[in-house]
Amino acid sequence: MRIGVVTFPGSLDDGDARRAVTLAGGEPVALWHGDHDLAGVDAVILPGGFSYGDYLRAGAIARFAPVMEQVIDAAMGGMPVLGICNGFQILCESHLLPGALIRNDHRTFVCRDQVLRVENTDTAWTRDFSAGQEITIPLKNGEGGYVASPDTIRELEESGRVVFRYVGVNPNGSLNDIAGVTNERGNVVGLMPHPEHAVEDLCGPGTDGLGLFTSVLERVLA
Amino acid sequence: MARVIVDVMPKPEILDPQGKAVHGALPRLGFTAVTDVRQGKRFELEVPNVDDASLAEVHRIAETLLSNPVIEDFTVRVDA
Repeated sequence: MRIGVVTFPGSLDDGDARRAVTLAGGEPVALWHGDHDLAGVDAVILPGGFSYGDYLRAGAIARFAPVMEQVIDAAMGGMPVLGICNGFQILCESHLLPGALIRNDHRTFVCRDQVLRVENTDTAWTRDFSAGQEITIPLKNGEGGYVASPDTIRELEESGRVVFRYVGVNPNGSLNDIAGVTNERGNVVGLMPHPEHAVEDLCGPGTDGLGLFTSVLERVLA
Repeated sequence: MARVIVDVMPKPEILDPQGKAVHGALPRLGFTAVTDVRQGKRFELEVPNVDDASLAEVHRIAETLLSNPVIEDFTVRVDA
């Protein structure tokens, strides 16, 4: 299965995301922000980093990159799309996911191993987890506070579209401890923590992140 | 040429950590009169002439790119 990983100017975690795809058993395909097609991939990952220097707002300029036109079309058509950290911010700016990410409430950059609870195992990216499973993966961001209107938060909660929730500590002021959400169809998922940094025992807090990358392979094969 | 100003501010109900940081620094500098600070962005857009069409376009620019309607409000005005 071919999983595209988009590199924007300022992306940092595209290499780790491609590596995670390989370790999960998929074939990573490097995509460039200026591309006008998706090279026939079966799914797309928007990686972490600081695309376009986070100028204007995190993700605001990347959202209008040429490749995003294809990514948005494909996502609307049901292709699995995962946004990690800056990728999550881009998905929110693209309106593929509701809400927005604002500066952490404590105003400092946070970098820690973070416990999350997997709340929705029906998405394209979380099928390999069990409902309520707790996983530990790195979190590192300065603008990870998830906010949305009260109506949107209520809708997300009632429809089970909160995919990941922070456990133990809320590291950035996210409403309802929300760490990741999905769209109505369950093919688009965004989260602030970094599963691609937790795919090998040698480095990082373990291999809890691998499940996102194996989940999508089964989804694509199914 | 004319200048059109777009001001973008975080919505009142949205936490503004930058404004809070600025506000927090004031007492340390001996400034005590200010009770709150909100931080936004100002954009200066040069247009050949100000008319309904160019102002409408600036509005579309403001709502599409310059602001995120989920967390921010904007105003458009012509620089006098």
